[in-house]
Amino acid sequence: MRQKHHKSRTQAIVKQALTAAAIAGGTLFTGSVQAATDLSLWYHGAGNEVESNIINQIISDFNASQSDWTVSIQSFPQESYNDSVVAAALAGSLPDILDVDGPVMPNWAWAGYLQPLPISEEQIADFLPGTLGFWNDELYSVGLWDAAVALVTRQSILDEFGLRKPTLAEPWTADEFNDALAAIKESGKYEYPLDLGMAWTGEWYPYAFSPFLQSFGGDLIDRDTYRSAEGVLNGEAALAFGEWWQGLFKNDLAPGTSQDPADRDSGFLEGKYAMAWNGNWAAVPMLDTFDDVLFLPAPDFGKGPVIGAASWQFGISGDTEHADGAASFIEFAVNDKYLAAFSDGIGLIPSTPGAAALTTKYAEGGPMAVFYELSEQQGRVRPVTPGYVVQAKVFEKALADIANGADVADTLDSAVDEIEIDIKRNEGYGHD
Amino acid sequence: MISHDNHGLRLAVRYAVLVLVAIIFVFPLLFMVMSSLKPDHQLLVDTGSLRAFLPVGDISFDNYAAAFQRAPISTFVINSVIVTGVTVMLSLAICSLSAFSFVFLRWSGRNLLLSILLATLIVPFETIAIPLLLLVSKLPWLGLDGLEQGWLNSYHVQILPFAADALTIFLFVQYFKDLPSELVEAARVEGASWFQIYLKIIMPLAGPVVATAAILRFLFMYNQYLWPLMVVQSDEYRPVMVGLQYFFQLDTPWGEVMAYLSLITIPVLGFYLMLQRAFIASIASTGVKG
Repeated sequence: MRQKHHKSRTQAIVKQALTAAAIAGGTLFTGSVQAATDLSLWYHGAGNEVESNIINQIISDFNASQSDWTVSIQSFPQESYNDSVVAAALAGSLPDILDVDGPVMPNWAWAGYLQPLPISEEQIADFLPGTLGFWNDELYSVGLWDAAVALVTRQSILDEFGLRKPTLAEPWTADEFNDALAAIKESGKYEYPLDLGMAWTGEWYPYAFSPFLQSFGGDLIDRDTYRSAEGVLNGEAALAFGEWWQGLFKNDLAPGTSQDPADRDSGFLEGKYAMAWNGNWAAVPMLDTFDDVLFLPAPDFGKGPVIGAASWQFGISGDTEHADGAASFIEFAVNDKYLAAFSDGIGLIPSTPGAAALTTKYAEGGPMAVFYELSEQQGRVRPVTPGYVVQAKVFEKALADIANGADVADTLDSAVDEIEIDIKRNEGYGHD
Repeated sequence: MISHDNHGLRLAVRYAVLVLVAIIFVFPLLFMVMSSLKPDHQLLVDTGSLRAFLPVGDISFDNYAAAFQRAPISTFVINSVIVTGVTVMLSLAICSLSAFSFVFLRWSGRNLLLSILLATLIVPFETIAIPLLLLVSKLPWLGLDGLEQGWLNSYHVQILPFAADALTIFLFVQYFKDLPSELVEAARVEGASWFQIYLKIIMPLAGPVVATAAILRFLFMYNQYLWPLMVVQSDEYRPVMVGLQYFFQLDTPWGEVMAYLSLITIPVLGFYLMLQRAFIASIASTGVKG
C-alpha cells in the first residue's frame, strides 16, 4: 500500500514535471513564433508635444494592428537631427526607419543612409508632388504633409492702396508687386512694406527665396545635368534677381539681415509690416488676429510664380535588415486619417486631397485651403541632388551678402565657384 | 582735508567702475531670469527697454511649467551632473597624478612627453571627433548586462574620452613646480613612498589649482554639445546642452528657453560659488608668480 502510494506519487510528480515541461516548451515554441521583430524609428520632433502625441498614436495603432513588427520611437530635436543621423551613419548605428527633410533626402540616399522605399504606387498616386522624394527615378521617401509659403497681407491694405487681389490664375507681375511695395513705402504708414523673414536663417533662405530666383529664370544649379551652376546662378536672369533683391534692402522696402527675430514673429500682427512672406505654419495666429487676412500667391517675375515644396518625409535606413517591416509601417502611417491628424495638430498641409477634406482648415472653403492649392500649383522642389546641402548654404550666404550691399555679379560668381568646386570634390555626386 | 577728499573721490570712482562692471556681468543673467517669468509677447516687447531687466507686467512661473512639459529637464540635468561630476573627479585624479610624475619623478623622456602632450592643446576637438566616434562605436564594454560592443548611448562614452586633458595636466605641472622641493626631499628622507607624498603632502597644498582645474573642467563638460550629439541617441543619456534644442521649434517659445536656461544655470552657479574662494586664490597666485 505504502509502495503503491509511493509509486503513484512518483508517477504524479513525473506527470506534473512532463506537463510543466510541455507547457514551458509550448510557451517557448509559441513565443518564438509570435515574437514581433523590433523596428527603431528616429523622428525629428522632440520638444513638440502635439507632434509627438500624433506620431506616438500612429506607432501604437501600428503595433496593435499586427504581430510581426513592433516599432519604437526615438525623438531628436529638429535643430540637431541631421547631425545626429550623420554621426550615427558613420558609427553604423542607424535605425530601421528615419524621417528626412525633403531637400536633404538625395544626399542621404546617395550616401547610402537610405534605401528605396518599396511601397505601392497606388498608395501614393494622389499625393502632392512635393511630398514624394525621388532620387535616381526611385522613390526614397514619402511625406505626411507639405508646407507652402504665401504673400500674407490684408484685404483692407489692398483696398487702401487700390491694389488688385492677385489669384493663382493671375498672380501679380513683377511690376505690380514692385509698384505695390513702392506705394506702401511712400505712404509712410508702415516701418517696411514687406517682411521677408530675414531673421530666420538656415534653410529658410533657399526654401523661401530661391523660388524668386527661379521665377526670374535662374536657379541654384543646372537641373538638366546637376553638375554646374555656371550661367544659372550667375547668368542674366540671376543677375536681374540679385539686383532686385538688393534693391529691396537698399530702398528700405524690407528689413535686412539684422532684423529682430521678435519682429519676424509678431511684426505683421502688430502692423509694422504691410505684407509678409511667410508659411502656412504661421497662418493660424494671423487668422486669429485679423478677419481680413489674405494668403496670396507668389508674384510672377517672368518665368511663372514659384514657391518651395517638400517638407519632412519618412524613409527606410540603408542599414536595416527589415526593409519590409519598415515599409509596412510607412504604408500604415500614410493613411488619410493620420495625415489629417497631423494637419489639424500642427497646421501643415495634408499630402492628399482625401486627407485635406478631413481637416478643418484645408477642406474646401477652409481658411487655409489656399495653401493646398499653392502647394499643388506653384510648389517646386529644391534641386534634387546630393550637393543641395552645400548649395543651400552657399546660396544663403550669397543672399545675405547681397542684401548687405555686396556686388551682385561678384557674389554670384563666387557662389558658382564654390558650388562647382564642391561638385568636383564629390565627383559629380553620382550625376552622369 | 584735501587728501581725505581725494581718497573719497578715488573710492567713489573705484566703486562706480566696479558697479559698472558688475552690471555688465549681471545684466545678461538678470535678463534671462526676468524673461523666464514673462509671456512670449511681453518678453519680446520688453527687449526694447529697461523693462527687460525688471519683474514687471504679467509675471508667472508658467514658462517653467511649460518647459518641464516640453522636455525631460530633470533627466537632462541629472545626466549632465553625473557626466560632469565623474569626469571632473577622474580628471583631477589622473591629471594631478600625471603632473606629479612629470614634476617630481625622474624618468627619461618625461620632458619630451610633456611637450608632446602640451602640443595637443593646439588640436581642436572637432578634428578628432569623427575618428573618436569611429573608435568608441567599436570598443567593447563590460557592463551590468555583460560584454557589449560599442559605447554609444551611455554615460561612459561621454566621460572616458575626457577623463584627462593636456590643459589640466599643464595647470597642475605649473603649480607643482612652484612648490618647495624641500618638502618632497624631506618626506623621502623620512621614508615616505611617492604615493604618500602625492596624497599627504602635495595634494593638501594644491587646493587653489584643484579648484581652478575643477571649475574649468566643469564648465567644459557641462557645456558639451557636439560630442553628446554624436554619441547619444537616447533621451535617457542626453545632457542639458543637447536638451536645449528641444525648445527651438518653428515658433520658438522664448520664455520657455529662458526658463530652461535659468534652470540649467543653477548647478553651474552653485559649483562656482562653492569653489570661488579657492579659484580666486589660484588666479591671484598665478598672477603674482607670473
